[in-house]
Amino acid sequence: MPDLLAARSQMAVSLAFHIVFAVIGIAMPLMMVLAERRWQVTGHAIYLDLAKRWAKGTAILFAVGAVSGTVLSFELGLLWPRFMEFAGSIIGMPFSLEGFAFFTEAIFLGIYLYGWDRVSRRAHLWAGVAVAVSGAASGIFVVIANAWMNAPTGFALLNGQVVNVNPFAAMANAAAVSQTLHMTLAAYAATGFAVAGIHAFLLLKDPANAFHRRALEIALIVGAPAAVLQPISGDLSARHLAAHQPLKLAAAEALFRTQAGAPLTLGGWPDVAARETGFAVRVPYALSLLAFHDPHAVVRGLDQVPESDWPNVPAVHFSFDVMVAAGSYLALVALWTGWLAWRRTDLAHNRWLMRALAVATPLGFIAVEAGWMVTELGRQPWVIYGVLRTADAVTPMPGLMVPFLTFTLLYCFLGVIVAWLLYRHIIRSPAVPEWRGFYMPPGSGA
Amino acid sequence: MTLADVLAGIVFVALNAYAVLGGADFGGGAWDLLALGPRKERQRELVAEAIGPVWEANHVWLILAIVLLFTCFPPAFARLGTLLHIPLSLVLIGIVLRGSAFTFWRYGSPGGEDERRWGVVFAIASLMTPLLLGTAAGAIASGALGDGGRGSGDFYDTYVAPWLNPFALSVGLFALIAFAFLAAVYLTLEARERELQEDFRRRALASGAGLFLAAVLALLLSLDGAPRVRDGLIFAAWAVPLHLLTAVAAASALVALWVRRWGVARVAAAAQVSLILWGWALSQYPYILPPDLSIAGAAAPAATLRLMLGVLAVGAVVLLPSLFYLFRIFKRPDA
Repeated sequence: MPDLLAARSQMAVSLAFHIVFAVIGIAMPLMMVLAERRWQVTGHAIYLDLAKRWAKGTAILFAVGAVSGTVLSFELGLLWPRFMEFAGSIIGMPFSLEGFAFFTEAIFLGIYLYGWDRVSRRAHLWAGVAVAVSGAASGIFVVIANAWMNAPTGFALLNGQVVNVNPFAAMANAAAVSQTLHMTLAAYAATGFAVAGIHAFLLLKDPANAFHRRALEIALIVGAPAAVLQPISGDLSARHLAAHQPLKLAAAEALFRTQAGAPLTLGGWPDVAARETGFAVRVPYALSLLAFHDPHAVVRGLDQVPESDWPNVPAVHFSFDVMVAAGSYLALVALWTGWLAWRRTDLAHNRWLMRALAVATPLGFIAVEAGWMVTELGRQPWVIYGVLRTADAVTPMPGLMVPFLTFTLLYCFLGVIVAWLLYRHIIRSPAVPEWRGFYMPPGSGA
Repeated sequence: MTLADVLAGIVFVALNAYAVLGGADFGGGAWDLLALGPRKERQRELVAEAIGPVWEANHVWLILAIVLLFTCFPPAFARLGTLLHIPLSLVLIGIVLRGSAFTFWRYGSPGGEDERRWGVVFAIASLMTPLLLGTAAGAIASGALGDGGRGSGDFYDTYVAPWLNPFALSVGLFALIAFAFLAAVYLTLEARERELQEDFRRRALASGAGLFLAAVLALLLSLDGAPRVRDGLIFAAWAVPLHLLTAVAAASALVALWVRRWGVARVAAAAQVSLILWGWALSQYPYILPPDLSIAGAAAPAATLRLMLGVLAVGAVVLLPSLFYLFRIFKRPDA
């Protein structure tokens, strides 16, 4: 394996691992605070149990997220020193803001987890709110830095030297709004549906279980609105790509030829040599319509640049389809849930809905991972789009296969353990039988 | 003093905070491994209770130092990442294992079979991380991370020799003992029972003596290994007053431990470790990475530095009250 590929793979593994914990760290505190608030309002112990159970899960996941995030901040220098030397002064500011947001999150999570008996009920709830808000803020700051890599601005180049650095302008880059919106919604949708899915699965066996019913309710309150809004934010992202990163959109849509009235290509396998995508479903004019809100607009294809500057078209196209498919499924299930809730149906006794939710459990996270594949692979061969090539940013140190394998093994090991711990303590929890059969009619108490 | 100097100073303040706060959390892990005697389990329990609510917040000081470094001094960060790739990767593995093992241990299976196993991983990672972090600091101080080292072709000379040498390793040892010393001193204050206080008092006194020996060893090895640090620590105008202050802090810590004034000992021990760190920083000033990369030479453009100062001011307004609140809840002597 060449060193560049090893470095990219290590970064990919580190990001793919960390993002799961980062996403949960954004949304889980919100659910925990909602449960605690309901406990304080209704006085029903079931919500306290829920809040404590979710807090326990947050504790495990936040710790792994914190340390794997530290790895990433170092890896920027360990693997991409030339990128950081170039970009540090331009884009370090959102990272520093993220540092403060993360600091706040860690402080108040400590207070939340260990302070049940040490601070007032009010202060405890507000500590949870501080965790939820600063968690979302740190995610937003990091994504702003990534958005800059897609839409670099806030500096000028003079004979290869960076001049006229303006960190505020760099933060206000063209991709910032669409990317942060898309990612933040994704965090709530993925976590909300993962939790809802688990409890829906358990409700299939025991639909009257009040604990799972309440958990499902709160998880859906967090996940469903985000899942419904996500396609709108996706549309914003697609239009941004069409205007600013046409090659990424072309790769995502396997659009080899620049054309007016471009079709939307669903599925299929792009054959790069033949410049065509076999076995695909094409929706005429749909891509032009989505990208420019005009069925006859010209969409730029891969033919705009030489093939050596293309991203990996099959990988980007496949990831994009996976993301869109998983996201659409969540949005449809969310709409269905909303309709049933509006009709005041008892959700937990609707077996088809519970099955559909159980299927959704992993889909949000699959969409998150696939979405990052689209944005990262779609930017290649550039690390800073149009400015610095990934191959020019990598460390000169040889033998990068060794750290890549080491960190991959470490993360596989940790992943297995975290999954097992969560299964053992959060889902198959000893306290559940206490609530079994304890039926609470919908609308009572809450 | 330039703007770049101020920001370099702030990066070092973050490192200093990491050393006296996060460092003590690592030191706690060392005492977990060395838990002995009839109160073995209670010692471990005390360490875990002391670390639990604060270790994640303390850990963020390191992240803050890193992001400030790569924002304000990008070439220094790039060179550190390149030449210290191996020890820093090992530090990361240590950080990952320490943090996750601690959480798995505390939130895992109370009383279960695997509980102690995670405790062992936590303790070993707590030893490994400061040792390697100190070694990396030793490599910086020794002036081995010059630009000349880059791209010379020889893997060992470029990526291994700068840190795998007696001086750098002696700094690693020093860091390990310093963190263990801090942890033992803090734990005398955290302990509720008289016997536990005495356990950690003995440990604090022993590691305090060990710290002195490690300092002498590092100083002796610096004669050869780190001439700049040696010259700074011996001949500079500030050297004598700084050494006097450090000696006063060290003596106060030991005397306070001896007469069981735990609160005084905590302040004096933290001051002692901080003064040693600032001695290192002053000895290599104006270089951020001796022998050739100066603070001015590595500094980001003035626009970035000015903005970062603003970010730090705003950040401090959020951070400092929050930190104060955290420590008031969990670290008040009567809490």
